[in-house]
Amino acid sequence: MKKPQLENRHSPAPFLAYIIGFVLSIVTTLAAYFITVKRLWTADALIYIILSLAVVQLIVQIVFFLHIGRGSRWKAISFYFMLFVVLIIVIGTIWIMHNLNYNMMDMSPAEMKEYMHANEGI
Amino acid sequence: MTTRAKEIAETQERKSLGLWVYLMTDCMLFGALFATFATLNTHVGVFGGPSGADLFNLKFVLVETMLLLTSSFTIGLAYLCATRGFKAQSMFWLISTFLLGASFLALELWEFNQLAAEGHGWWSSAFLSAYFVLVGTHGAHIAVGLIWMAVVIFRLLQRNFKQTDVQRLSLLSLFWHFLDIIWIFIFSFVYLIGGMS
Amino acid sequence: MSDLQQFIFGRLTWQDFIHEPIMAGAGIGMIVALIALIGLVTYLKKWKWLWKNWLTTLDPKKIGVMYLIVSVIMLLRGGADALLVRAQQVVNNSNGVELLNSDHFQQIFTAHGSIMIFFVAMGLIFALFNMIVPQQIGARDVAYPFLNSVSFWLFAAGMILINAPMIVGEFSTAGWLAYPPLSGLEYSPGVGVDYWIWSLQIAGIGSLLSGVNFFMTIIKMRAPGMKMMMMPIFTWSVFVTVLLIMTVFPILTVSLGLLSLDRLMDMHFFTTDAGGNPMLYINLIWAWGHPEVYILVLPAFGVFSEVVSTFSSKKIFGYTSMVFALIAIAFFSFVVWLHHFFTMGAGANVNTFFGITTMIIAIPTGVKVFNWIFTMYRGRVRFTTPMLWFMGFVVTFTIGGLTGVMLSVPPADFQFHNSLFLVAHFHNMIIGGVVFGVFSAITYWFPKFTGFKLHEGLGKAAFWCWLIGFILAFGPLYILGFMGAVRRLDHYDPSLGWEGLFIVAAVGVVTIGLGVAFQLLQVTVSIINRKKYKVGPDPWGARTLEWATATPPAEYVFATTPQVKSRDEFWAMKQEGRSFSKKYEDVWLPKNSSVGLLIGLLATGFGLAVVWHMWWAVLLTFVAIVVILVIRLTNDDTEMKLSAEEIARHEAALQRRAA
Repeated sequence: MKKPQLENRHSPAPFLAYIIGFVLSIVTTLAAYFITVKRLWTADALIYIILSLAVVQLIVQIVFFLHIGRGSRWKAISFYFMLFVVLIIVIGTIWIMHNLNYNMMDMSPAEMKEYMHANEGI
Repeated sequence: MTTRAKEIAETQERKSLGLWVYLMTDCMLFGALFATFATLNTHVGVFGGPSGADLFNLKFVLVETMLLLTSSFTIGLAYLCATRGFKAQSMFWLISTFLLGASFLALELWEFNQLAAEGHGWWSSAFLSAYFVLVGTHGAHIAVGLIWMAVVIFRLLQRNFKQTDVQRLSLLSLFWHFLDIIWIFIFSFVYLIGGMS
Repeated sequence: MSDLQQFIFGRLTWQDFIHEPIMAGAGIGMIVALIALIGLVTYLKKWKWLWKNWLTTLDPKKIGVMYLIVSVIMLLRGGADALLVRAQQVVNNSNGVELLNSDHFQQIFTAHGSIMIFFVAMGLIFALFNMIVPQQIGARDVAYPFLNSVSFWLFAAGMILINAPMIVGEFSTAGWLAYPPLSGLEYSPGVGVDYWIWSLQIAGIGSLLSGVNFFMTIIKMRAPGMKMMMMPIFTWSVFVTVLLIMTVFPILTVSLGLLSLDRLMDMHFFTTDAGGNPMLYINLIWAWGHPEVYILVLPAFGVFSEVVSTFSSKKIFGYTSMVFALIAIAFFSFVVWLHHFFTMGAGANVNTFFGITTMIIAIPTGVKVFNWIFTMYRGRVRFTTPMLWFMGFVVTFTIGGLTGVMLSVPPADFQFHNSLFLVAHFHNMIIGGVVFGVFSAITYWFPKFTGFKLHEGLGKAAFWCWLIGFILAFGPLYILGFMGAVRRLDHYDPSLGWEGLFIVAAVGVVTIGLGVAFQLLQVTVSIINRKKYKVGPDPWGARTLEWATATPPAEYVFATTPQVKSRDEFWAMKQEGRSFSKKYEDVWLPKNSSVGLLIGLLATGFGLAVVWHMWWAVLLTFVAIVVILVIRLTNDDTEMKLSAEEIARHEAALQRRAA
């Protein structure tokens, strides 16, 4: 059976892609680790930076390890769609769960009413 | 190409895309687990017990992360070598992947065991339940990957890198890369962010 | 119990086989029916035939029929549960007699809901997917035939697990969604909730895998020339549906999984202590649950598009807007889930957002309804039974949709939530939408698979019984809901004066039962008189490719791959006098496999073992499943060749039979 890549059997390009991807991933991982451990920013800022570094490494691995650009366009479509729904569910859950305060037991009804006024602007 | 050969090539492409689509559903699974962790990683969820900041050993986790990341690299090399007919090199990288993956899992199990032995188990608080299940589910996927890898290694050796087994390796490598990508987010959200005081 | 006994049997004891009379009767009846069936097959010496043609088949047409059979049986069980609920509420109202004790009543409505959603509605739509989709897109099979078989047998395993409590143990009393803390270990320590969890978890995995299967089938296995925007609308509806299935079933897996971990391993996701949050379960399960109801109804919309188009002898009005409406409905179904718990404390901002998104969903749905009506306008409409089901749908679903808009207003929902108004609304949508849609599909496509039509008169009688029965059964519930009647109560104080309405509702359910009886009679009579009702391959003058195959379709469905040139390809072929190529080639079909059946059996064992805490069996069945899968998945020899000559011979025989 004919092997598909027999012509460029010795082509370094894909190997190079893996090496670049590997190095970039190590860099982003170490960066995220050190800025956290050394506390280079405030906690809130760190959250956004760690998040961004994670997204960068995600893109690096998707491009260099998984070759999302080439191949079936359905891979890209299904990936973006999944990302979209995951964000809705995760952000939606966090928003909802953070707001489920109406029936909190550790405040009196009057305190609760004041809390809701303040938070909802009504 | 004959109709039959075309069909076989299409079937392989279908398996690859199908696995990819299935992995997207697995991302949804992890998404729900991340949402759960985010909800329970609070003052209430910790229930007076230790939080991530108290429990997580980030150096240890960094080592785990490097092991898994390297294994993702080596499996890529293994597949490239296999498609180019470099069988010995492919087997070397594949076995390296297995060892790196197994080490990752061993370290993770050790970490879990330590926590449980100190009394910080999944039964102690909602936060710990969420932690063990999110990280544990990833670990379970790694275990599945390792079993799959063992089967692939065995078949490649037994049948001398038959084309269908090389194709199975490509599917496995897709799965393995996906697991490393999920780990990026566990590392970032659970350990780095979740472990901040 | 000795230690060894406890190890082997977990928490199972002899007492668990003893039930009160009604349940015992049902359980014994089930066992007797099963023994009778086994006896019949043995007497007719049909085991080999059954094994080769049904139990190990990978043919989606046959798998679809098996889904259909299981779903119809479960429809009878779920319907019986409904009858008992209505009967209890009437009997208790009138003279305070208790037909069912509280515990039994709660098990019954829990079983009713769980069975109807997971094993009737889901089963029926999977039946339609399997039987219709490959043929509509000009394919012979689905993308992964083996996976298809596994999905079915996992579904069957779930079905066994949800019926097992009638024989051993008890069922959940926590409602069809099992909210914690009621479903947690503290308030439901018995086996009921565990049965519920594992039945749904196992069937759910089957559903997820089917979702991937049909998604890949539709994107990769369409006949050459059939672009996405040339697919029949039913296939589009299935495409959008499986997109929903793939996206949200993992959330169900997580919700059920976390609940089971709370119960099995003392975790604290949803407990009221140790930091747990029961509202998290409600949030997650409805993030699945809302898209689930769209998963159920979108295929029904697809069916109606085919039926209306065929029986109006016109192409569907506004094909593009129909497709975009399907996509819009699917998209919006992801952002409305909080409307199921408006009253549970999320505050005005959150409630408003989800209230608005919920109202918006009515718009694309309305577009579809108008498009169907415009399809009928100036068409040559034939009011056959499938069309009647459509007309019934338009009326009931529209009213149900209006009540949905009422419910979507958060302040109003504080009055309606968990009242009988809500119960009436969702039955309105599911019966009017999903059930009527499936009945329309069955009466429409029946001749394709059997070669004879169903008796029209009995079909019409069944329809009218269902429609009138539905109005009688649920109209009163809207009124009762307005008056403050809460759901899931086994008795309402007679002083409220609501007896009359409950009696009307009971009459309604009996009328629906009569409708079901007519349907069973219809099928029986049609089979007996099948020579009289014999029809050719295109009895309705249809438009889509599944009608271009033989009746019943050959195993290979299409002798040669169709080359598609337009929408409504079959109609175009008829108009232009085209037919399929006769240049036969070798065809490769999947070999039979018993692995699906084995996995189903092992999954059933796994489920029972987990429920009863027989840990050795849990490990054994799990390992066995893994081993069997590894063996199957490393097997390269899974297809068999059907040579061109064999196909030519078969086609010639079909021509002779038709002549």
